[in-house]
Amino acid sequence: MSADVPSAGATPAGGPLAGLAYEPGVKKPDPILIADGLRRSFGGLVAVDVDHVEFQRGCITALIGPNGAGKTTFFNLITGFDRPDAGGWEFDGKPVGKANPYRLARAGMVRTFQLTKSLTRLSVLENMKLGALDQRGESVFAGLIRPMWSQQEKEIEQKADALLERFKLGHMRSEFAGNLSGGQRKLLEMARALMADPKLIMLDEPMAGVNPALTQSLLGHVKDLRAEGRSVIFVEHDMDVVHDISDWVVVMAEGRVLAEGPPASIGANQDVIDAYLGTHHDLDLGAP
Amino acid sequence: MNWPLIISNTLFTAIGVQAIAFILAAIGVNMHFGYTGLLNFGQAAFAAIGAYTFAILAGTGIPWPGSGDGPGFFENPWPWWAAALAVLPMATFLALLLGVPTLRLRADYLAIVTIAAAEILRQALIAPKLDERFNTGGADGLQGFSSGIEGINPWNGQEFRLWKQPFDGHQAFVILVGWILIAVCSALVWLLMRSPWGRVLKSIREDEDAARSLGKNVFAYKMQSLVIGGIVGALGGMVFAIGGRAAAPNDYSTAFTFFAWTLLILGGAGRIKGPIVGGLIFWLIIGFTEVFLSQATRNALLPGWRVNENNFGLLRFMFVGLGLAALVVFRPQGIFGDRREQAFDVR
Ligand SMILES: Nc1ncnc2c1ncn2[C@@H]1O[C@H](COP(=O)(O)OP(=O)(O)OP(=O)(O)O)[C@@H](O)[C@H]1O
Ligand SMILES: [Mg+2]
Repeated sequence: MSADVPSAGATPAGGPLAGLAYEPGVKKPDPILIADGLRRSFGGLVAVDVDHVEFQRGCITALIGPNGAGKTTFFNLITGFDRPDAGGWEFDGKPVGKANPYRLARAGMVRTFQLTKSLTRLSVLENMKLGALDQRGESVFAGLIRPMWSQQEKEIEQKADALLERFKLGHMRSEFAGNLSGGQRKLLEMARALMADPKLIMLDEPMAGVNPALTQSLLGHVKDLRAEGRSVIFVEHDMDVVHDISDWVVVMAEGRVLAEGPPASIGANQDVIDAYLGTHHDLDLGAP
Repeated sequence: MNWPLIISNTLFTAIGVQAIAFILAAIGVNMHFGYTGLLNFGQAAFAAIGAYTFAILAGTGIPWPGSGDGPGFFENPWPWWAAALAVLPMATFLALLLGVPTLRLRADYLAIVTIAAAEILRQALIAPKLDERFNTGGADGLQGFSSGIEGINPWNGQEFRLWKQPFDGHQAFVILVGWILIAVCSALVWLLMRSPWGRVLKSIREDEDAARSLGKNVFAYKMQSLVIGGIVGALGGMVFAIGGRAAAPNDYSTAFTFFAWTLLILGGAGRIKGPIVGGLIFWLIIGFTEVFLSQATRNALLPGWRVNENNFGLLRFMFVGLGLAALVVFRPQGIFGDRREQAFDVR
C-alpha cells in the first residue's frame, strides 16, 4: 500500500489506527462497519456513491463534507431508513441482508437524526424509557399484567434518570418533550439513543444548536462512549469539534469518499480544501 | 310542551343502545387514532362484521360447502355465546385484510382503503348473490337472531320506565350488558396504555421513524392496534344489532364511522374517558334536539314554513354540526383533552 505522506506538523493517528495509509477506502484492523459499492441516486442526482469505506470499532470517526455531500443519505442507507440502488454493507461482522431499521437498532446500531425527532406529546422521561430495548412490557399480553414488567420498568427508569442528569435534562424529566428547546431536543435524542446500549452510535450533527458550554460536556460524553468500548460515527461541520474528539475523519463530497485520515491530516489535504472552497471560502479547516 | 317526557326521553337516548354501540366503536377509533395515529375511516366495516357475524350465526348458521344433504353442525343456529365469540376472529381477519397491504404505506392510504372497504362490505351485504350463499338477508337485513339472548335475560317480557320513558326488558338487559362491555373495554385500554406497549403505540403516533430507530417493529404494533380497536368496534356493532333485534346494511354506512369519530373528537382523542363523555354528550344533544323539535313543531312553536314534522330531523344534525365547529375553534383538544398536549403540533 502506498501511503500518502502526511503533511508536516500533522499528528499521526494513534491506537489501533496507527500506521494506516491516509487514503479513501483504507482497510481498518477491526472494522465495525464496512460499506461496499453503496449507491443511491435521486433522479439524476447521485447522492451517495461510496466504493469502499470502513469504520474502526471502538473509535470516534467524524464524517465531514460540504452541505449536500450525502452524509445524511449515507446514514439513512446504513441504518435502513433508505434503500440503496446498489451495494451492501456489513455491520459487526455480519452482512446486512434486508436492511430494516428496527432490526439494525436491536443489533446494536442506533442513530439520531439531523432534524430531531422528539416525541413531542410524550414526557421527557417517557422518551427516554422508550429507548430501552428488550422490554417485557412491550408485548401486548405482558403489557396488561403490570407485575410482569414493573421491576424492569423501575430499572429502566433509574437508568433514564442517570442519563438525564448527565445530559443536564434532569429538571425537565416530566415536561412534554414538545416544550424543550431545539438544543435540548438534540440532547434528549442523544440520551435516548444511549438507552439502547448501542455498539455503534451514529450521530447526525449532534452539536448543532447546542450552546458552547454544553458542547464541551457533550464532547466529554462522546469520549466516555469510546471509553466504554462503543463506536461512534458522527457528522459535524465544526472543525474544532472534529479535531477535539475524533480519532479518524472521513471526508465526503458529492457522494464520494474524498479523503480519510486522522483529523490533523485533513486540513492540509488539497482535495479537501478544493471541495470545501467550492462552497465555503472562509471555512477554517483547522490547517496548521 | 311535555317537559317530563322531553327530559326522560333525552336521558334514555343518552344511555341507550345506540349510544352504547357508538361509544364502543369510538373506543376502537380511540385505540387507532387517539393512541396510534392510524386514520381508520372504516369503523363501520368492523361494526358490520360484528353485527352480521352474530346475526348470521345465531340466526340461521351458515351453509357449509360439501356437507351433503341435510343441515349439519354449522347449518343450525349457533348458541348465542358461540356466535358472540366468533365475532373476535372475524374482526381480527378484517383488520389483517385491511392492514397488511396498507400499514407499511403512508397514513393516508389506510384512510382511503378503510373508507372504501366499509362501503364495499355494505354493498356486498345488500347483494342478492351473497344472500343466497350466506343468508345475509340482502337489503332488508336480518331479524330474529336474538332469541338466545332473550333466553338468558332475567327481565324478558317485563316493562320498565325511566320516569316518563317506557322501555322493555330486552332493552334493559342489552343496556346493562352494553355498559359492562364499555367498562371492560375501557379498563383494558387503560391497562394497555399505561404499559410499555402503550408507550410504543404513542411513540408511533408521534413519529414512527423515531420508534423504528429505537428498535420498535412499527408494523407489528400498528397491526395489533388495528386488531384490538377493530374488535372493540365489532362488539359495538354486535350490541347495536342485538339491541335493535335487527342487522341492516344501511345501519353501517359511512355515517356510522363519522358518528364514532365525532363523539371521540368531542370527548377528546387519546383519553380513556373521551369516547364515553363524548358519547353521552353527543346522544344527549341528538336526543334532546329530536324530542324537543318534534314537540315544538307539533305545538306549532316554530315557524311552520321553516320547520315541520318532515324536516326537523335534519335540523338536529345542524345543531350538532354547529356545536362541533364551535368546539374545534374554542377547545380543539376536546372537552377532556389536555391543553398542554395541544399547545404544540406534531413536527
Ligand atoms: N429524499 C430526497 N429526494 C431528493 N434528493 C435528495 C433527497 N435526500 C437528499 N437528497 C439530495 O442528496 C444530496 C445529499 O443530501 P444529504 O442530505 O445526504 O446531504 P448532507 O451531506 O447531509 O448535507 P448537510 O450537511 O447539509 O446536512 C443533496 O443534494 C440532496 O438534495
Ligand atoms: Mg445532513
